[in-house]
Amino acid sequence: MKLFPVRGGVHPEYRKDRTAECAIVALPMPERLFLPLQQHIGAPASPVVAPGDQVRKGQLLATAQGAVSAPVHAPTSGTIVDIADCLAPHPSGMSQKTIILETDGKDEWADLPAGLDDPFAVDGKEIGKRVAAAGIVGLGGATFPSSVKLSLGTQKKLETLLLNGAECEPYLTCDDRVMREYASEVVDGARIMAHALGTPKIVVAIENNKPAALKAMAEASSAFTNVTVVGVPVQYPMGSERHLCQAITGLETPARMLTADLGVVVHNVGTARAIHQAIRFGRPLLSRVVTVSGGAVADAKNVEVPLGTMVSELVEFCGGLRGEAKRLISGGPMMGNPLPALFVPVVKGTCGILALTAAECNEAPPGPCIRCGTCVTICPCGLVPVEMAAFIRKDNLEAAQRIGVMDCVSCGSCSYICPSHIPLVQYFNYAKGAINAKDREARKQDHIKVLVEAHNARLEKAAAAKKAAAAKAAAAKKAQSTPTADSKVSA
Amino acid sequence: MLLDVGSLAAMGVALGAALGVASHYLAVEEDPLENELKDMLPGSQCGQCGYVGCGQYAAALAHEHASVNLCGPGGKATAEALAKKLGVTADFAEHEDVGPQFAKIDEDLCIGCLRCIGECSSDAIIGGPKQMHTVLTDNCHGCAKCFKICPTEAISMCKVPVTLGGWHWQKPDVVEHVH
Amino acid sequence: MTAVLIDKSGPFTHAPTSVQKTMTTVLLALAPATVFNAYLFGWPAIFLFIVTVGSCLLVEAACLQVQGRSVSGGLSDGSAALTGWLLAMSLPPWAPWWTGLLGAIFAIVLAKHVYGGLGQNVFNPAMVARVALLVSFPVQMTSFVAPKPLFSGTAPGFADSLAITFGSAFNLDTMSTASALGLVKTNLSLGIPASQSVGNTPGLVDMLLGFHPGSMGETSGLLILAGGLFLMWRRIISWHIPVAVIGTLFVMGTLFNTMSPDRFTSGLFQVLSGATFLGAFFIATDYVTSPVSKQGQIVFGIGVGLMTWIIRTFAGYPEGMAFAVLLMNSLAPIIDHHLRPRVFGRTRQGEPLPLKGDK
Repeated sequence: MKLFPVRGGVHPEYRKDRTAECAIVALPMPERLFLPLQQHIGAPASPVVAPGDQVRKGQLLATAQGAVSAPVHAPTSGTIVDIADCLAPHPSGMSQKTIILETDGKDEWADLPAGLDDPFAVDGKEIGKRVAAAGIVGLGGATFPSSVKLSLGTQKKLETLLLNGAECEPYLTCDDRVMREYASEVVDGARIMAHALGTPKIVVAIENNKPAALKAMAEASSAFTNVTVVGVPVQYPMGSERHLCQAITGLETPARMLTADLGVVVHNVGTARAIHQAIRFGRPLLSRVVTVSGGAVADAKNVEVPLGTMVSELVEFCGGLRGEAKRLISGGPMMGNPLPALFVPVVKGTCGILALTAAECNEAPPGPCIRCGTCVTICPCGLVPVEMAAFIRKDNLEAAQRIGVMDCVSCGSCSYICPSHIPLVQYFNYAKGAINAKDREARKQDHIKVLVEAHNARLEKAAAAKKAAAAKAAAAKKAQSTPTADSKVSA
Repeated sequence: MLLDVGSLAAMGVALGAALGVASHYLAVEEDPLENELKDMLPGSQCGQCGYVGCGQYAAALAHEHASVNLCGPGGKATAEALAKKLGVTADFAEHEDVGPQFAKIDEDLCIGCLRCIGECSSDAIIGGPKQMHTVLTDNCHGCAKCFKICPTEAISMCKVPVTLGGWHWQKPDVVEHVH
Repeated sequence: MTAVLIDKSGPFTHAPTSVQKTMTTVLLALAPATVFNAYLFGWPAIFLFIVTVGSCLLVEAACLQVQGRSVSGGLSDGSAALTGWLLAMSLPPWAPWWTGLLGAIFAIVLAKHVYGGLGQNVFNPAMVARVALLVSFPVQMTSFVAPKPLFSGTAPGFADSLAITFGSAFNLDTMSTASALGLVKTNLSLGIPASQSVGNTPGLVDMLLGFHPGSMGETSGLLILAGGLFLMWRRIISWHIPVAVIGTLFVMGTLFNTMSPDRFTSGLFQVLSGATFLGAFFIATDYVTSPVSKQGQIVFGIGVGLMTWIIRTFAGYPEGMAFAVLLMNSLAPIIDHHLRPRVFGRTRQGEPLPLKGDK
């Protein structure tokens, strides 16, 4: 299959060899599970259980709220202890509403909806409904509700389902292992998704540094002529949706649009496997594969983790921390989020837990910019990081917006490569957040203005009505007090 | 030599006269700055800026060089927009940024007197006579007029909480050139 | 585990690059040519080199101290050493010591720290210094000697060399010869056609290998070229500026030489003589003063080549590289402003790309 070049990008040390050959091991069920109501993009789920309730495995604990949302299910049987504010696996250090489930060790299944023997005979909408009910979200880390993405087939003309097996972040090997060990499940899930989307073609893109995964997926899909498995060049950020789409189709997704507008829908391989489980067996999303790695982890592994497991327990299972961990990260080192503590839960979007040493982080105090232009050369979005950062440093966010900071995908290549260790992408994350916040504030101000004007209009109308009524009454009174033949003049 | 001096002098006089005529007949009219500034303010006439109403504040901004960061409910966005319009830099050093606020009615203290409802500039409070009053927080922009009028001090001004969705990274704190 | 940090977002890994590594690599690339020139011109050249680089380091330390910045940090990134090295390469090898010192002051104080230090200067410091010296001390800056290789019979001894560099026993009239470009220009003004002068200059092979008069950076074209290619291999510089500069010089030279060989020298002559290689690979490619985008760099390189050729051919100075670089340095910000890369998903004008099938 013909591939197209992708501009820019960097080649970090991948350091995947520690876990690439580690088969997935299942974590023994913890005693307590902490399930946040928001593990996805969109509105938080709303609980349908209360403290004291007994629940069984796969039972619905919280329903989706609105069109862009996802439900939460019990990863095992047990009792609901509380629904309280717990520390979120989020760099803000804030807490969020979390369901605390005390497991009973019995692992009893609830009554699951029957799986479909032949998903291909069923309407795409039905598949979408089941995927939504199973609480499946993008497992590549974005956590966008998958059913919403699956419904794109009804809105746009789609050609290709692109399965993202690139896994371009260093350290992470969860997708690699899933493709190697569950290739047939992934392929089946992909075919079900393609049916729901109405795409005639399926392309599985895997970076060339995963030869075993390429082989396994090629074998598993050999029976299906519409599935192509292709090796893509090892380049960060090849796993970025838009750039992977460009590598496969040669087309750039226009700004502010979706890859679906080019006829391509991208899904993660883990999501495909989860959809296979949900559609064939009626099982909701209850666990995910997480790569635990980093120089400060004693025993790096790929673990199948029940959702809601405390990261501290997961790290203990992997031998605990050894030495000084400079950073604790959820996800990969390039785009992952720093975690505020070990006492946060594993959620649907946790691809990896990394404990990195100072040597691995290679952080240094920033120096002056020497205008080497390397950041411009490697930016996969064609932006000029040196100029944008200079504007943002001087608080000129408008100028930064004018030269394209909102088009930045925050891949981090610029910060990675800067010889002066300038926090480039950190400036852009701040700028994007501040600009979005300003837009929200501006919208609120507009909204308030409308209300105030309506308020004033209402008062004016009332005053005018009052005046008219008073005038009318005065006129009536005047008419009444005008002397007539038989009037009784009252004082 | 006389010709040189004379011609230069004549040119100077002629061009100067031309400039004078142009400044009179081609003068740019003062644009209605005041109205434009007024349109940028929330319009709730709350008085937090220290002027009687938004119109007065706009006039002060246009003619008396009032500070741009006096509008509390308008927030930082409004201050920056005003600064941009006036071509000045907004100085936030003196200004204590309280951040966006909203009104909250303590139901134990509310007596249902309707006074706050009458005062609210954006119709954000609902309630009936002798009935509980409550604030619709989405429509409240923190002008605090209700806060001032409540006879039982049942209303308090609270900071709008930052949610997980609304949180964003702060500006990197980089002290440059320190090796 | 120490306190968990959520003070900044990723990336939490970094390429093994640093400013120091970059500067050191450039110095490494210059080393062979420098050593060869030390051999070619003997002890005076070595002394001048030491004085120039040393002065740059001292002046840099003084400036940093005065500004209250870290001296060790500022010196360790290697930028002052590189400036001094390049300045030394562009001085006549037997120039008196004070040209090095003054050059250091011009370069470090006037062209670098007055603008704000590393990364803030508009003009290339080494070239500012060279031009300032050239204009102020034309005699000393245009007196070149023919090579007198170290350890050969013709080279001055240690004591004599000290006298040449530091003493007033500086009488270049008895020793000086003109560089190739200088010879051509002088002869043209005397009415001798260029084609004839070229015959009297060192052959092209000699110019490439370096056995001809000139400043330290002008002589061994081959070693400078090798250094430049080494830098390109190590991805310190890209091909855009060197190719643009050399290409433009070659094209202009060839074009006009074909039209009038008596007046204009050939493309090859243009490329191999003077500071072309040094300028193309080490001077014009200076990070701080050249554009950041690739398109911008090509325009910049073409400009440098064009200006160099024009100054060499028509202007009063035989070598135009320094002036050309400075002139283009002033245009670098505006080039950067107009020639940005195209943003992913957008047209050059900044609008989102049209979808196929859109009218």
